[in-house]
Amino acid sequence: MQSDATTTESFVGRPKTLAELRAAIASGQTKSADLAAEYYQRIEQKNPRLNVYLSLTKERALEQAARVDAAAAKGDPLGPLAGIPVGIKDVLVMKGAPATAGSKILKGYQPPYDATAVSRLEAAGAVLLGKLNCDEFAMGSSNENSAYGPVRNPVAPDRVPGGSSGGSAAAVAANMAVATLGTDTGGSIRQPASFCGVVGVLPTYGRVSRYGLIAFASSLDRIGPFAANVRDAATLLGAIAGHDPSDATSSPAPVPDYAAESDKPAEGLRIGVPAEYFGEGLDPEVRAAIESGIDSLRAAGCTIQPISLPTTKYAIPTYYLVATAEASANLARFDGVRYGYRSPSSATLSDMYRHSRDEGFGAEVKRRILLGTYALSAGYYDAYYLKAQQVRRLLAEEFLRAFAQVDAIVTPTSPIPPFKLGEKTGDPLAMYLADIYTVTASLAGISGVSVPCGATKAGLPVGMQVLASHLQEGTAFRVARAVEAAQGRG
Amino acid sequence: MTARVTVEDVERVAELANLELTPEESGTMLHDLNAILDHVAHLNELDTTGVTPLAQVGELSGAGGVSVLRSDERRPSLDRSLVMQQAPETDQAFFKVPKVIER
Repeated sequence: MQSDATTTESFVGRPKTLAELRAAIASGQTKSADLAAEYYQRIEQKNPRLNVYLSLTKERALEQAARVDAAAAKGDPLGPLAGIPVGIKDVLVMKGAPATAGSKILKGYQPPYDATAVSRLEAAGAVLLGKLNCDEFAMGSSNENSAYGPVRNPVAPDRVPGGSSGGSAAAVAANMAVATLGTDTGGSIRQPASFCGVVGVLPTYGRVSRYGLIAFASSLDRIGPFAANVRDAATLLGAIAGHDPSDATSSPAPVPDYAAESDKPAEGLRIGVPAEYFGEGLDPEVRAAIESGIDSLRAAGCTIQPISLPTTKYAIPTYYLVATAEASANLARFDGVRYGYRSPSSATLSDMYRHSRDEGFGAEVKRRILLGTYALSAGYYDAYYLKAQQVRRLLAEEFLRAFAQVDAIVTPTSPIPPFKLGEKTGDPLAMYLADIYTVTASLAGISGVSVPCGATKAGLPVGMQVLASHLQEGTAFRVARAVEAAQGRG
Repeated sequence: MTARVTVEDVERVAELANLELTPEESGTMLHDLNAILDHVAHLNELDTTGVTPLAQVGELSGAGGVSVLRSDERRPSLDRSLVMQQAPETDQAFFKVPKVIER
């Protein structure tokens, strides 16, 4: 790292947007290498307290920054993310960096390849700073299940950042990256975005290739961006979306210019407000913030319509059966044979499997493997797994019917504001129940955004969830931009 | 579907999943699984007779299309030495594991 941060534009007040930074890099006013150095300096200063990054990839980042600077100096065409410092959730593999998935069982694993989302970011010019902390195998809603310690919420460091992509959300909130990638299986992008006061995007299932993502629940897992504002997040999604021959579930649908889509006014859009997301269990201050956000959408020229999604109350049990069943199968591969942790002293192969898994997995991962194995076991398959898949169809069809009447649906992202570290770790079911507003879109495969929408009296961030139908991310971005504008952000 | 899980069930499932639980862990898991399954029992309220299970959202109309398979062509895979570098124990050609068969 060749220079100190004072040589670049310092971040006074609002950090620069991605487009502003890219323009400064393209013109040579800011060197990508200096920007990366500035971010590494901030990481060094803040990480001991916040525990956001698990590892840094300085060599790779500075090589990429040098390439971008050389291209800018020559006047060569630059990618949409040229020189932008980006962090990666540590469930995505990146060649040359450890991949832990927040678990001890992958300790020491250095994957020999890049995830498609990672290589696409780099092809678009992004400078990849390092790997971000998360709940073990992305299982959790508070980041307290990481084997490497919890992330602290930069807005309120005695509180959780949300999970499982807690590091990805906190990195953006603390300006330890301009943008990040996270993953969302039941709310793991949207809920931490809400808790940390940043924007998080749930792309349609299949919109972003899952190749190189350490799998949790394959029919639900999605990769999506975090950023400080909607337009930056839309720009990132444009860079990572699109068909990939390495993921048979990735959609062949063309990728729109999401940033341009987000520039379109929200005026005239029909917004559904489902009664089921404003009932018992919703914190009154969260409710007030969301209702005020809905008022601002009305003021922006949207039509607000009450709607009903009655199957919502069955979403949590459905989600936890489907997700744990798939997890129990996916996590069978961690057995101490090919990579990661192997228990040192086992006389037989079978003992080695058991000891490695017992010592390598944390309590929440074991709980979910057991629940999933139970739901798939002989005699219970029809009553649990099959039943859940049937309810999943009812939930998805209910959303499709709603989207015949409205363009987008708005709800709170989480029923509660960020809670204190340790406050909910003793009651797994209570932690699951708090995912009520996010698991529905996960099961239906539809798209969504969590956008900052006010705060509680104590200053804790509140996020609004904007849902749109399959492949309609552009509509969700337009609505989120209007909410953001009303907050004086973005 | 409202059957209570017993400690024997927990141990059986743990064995199926290749997990070894301490007696203390088994007790905690027993409590948690029953609490979760009691909540799951609400699904019984819904009549799902004749509803086709949904395994993949790609099959829904407008959801981006069903799985697209790539053409079946030979292509290089990862170099063996790169893969073996990650193995806990290897002779560079194979993964080494404790003895499977006594002789």
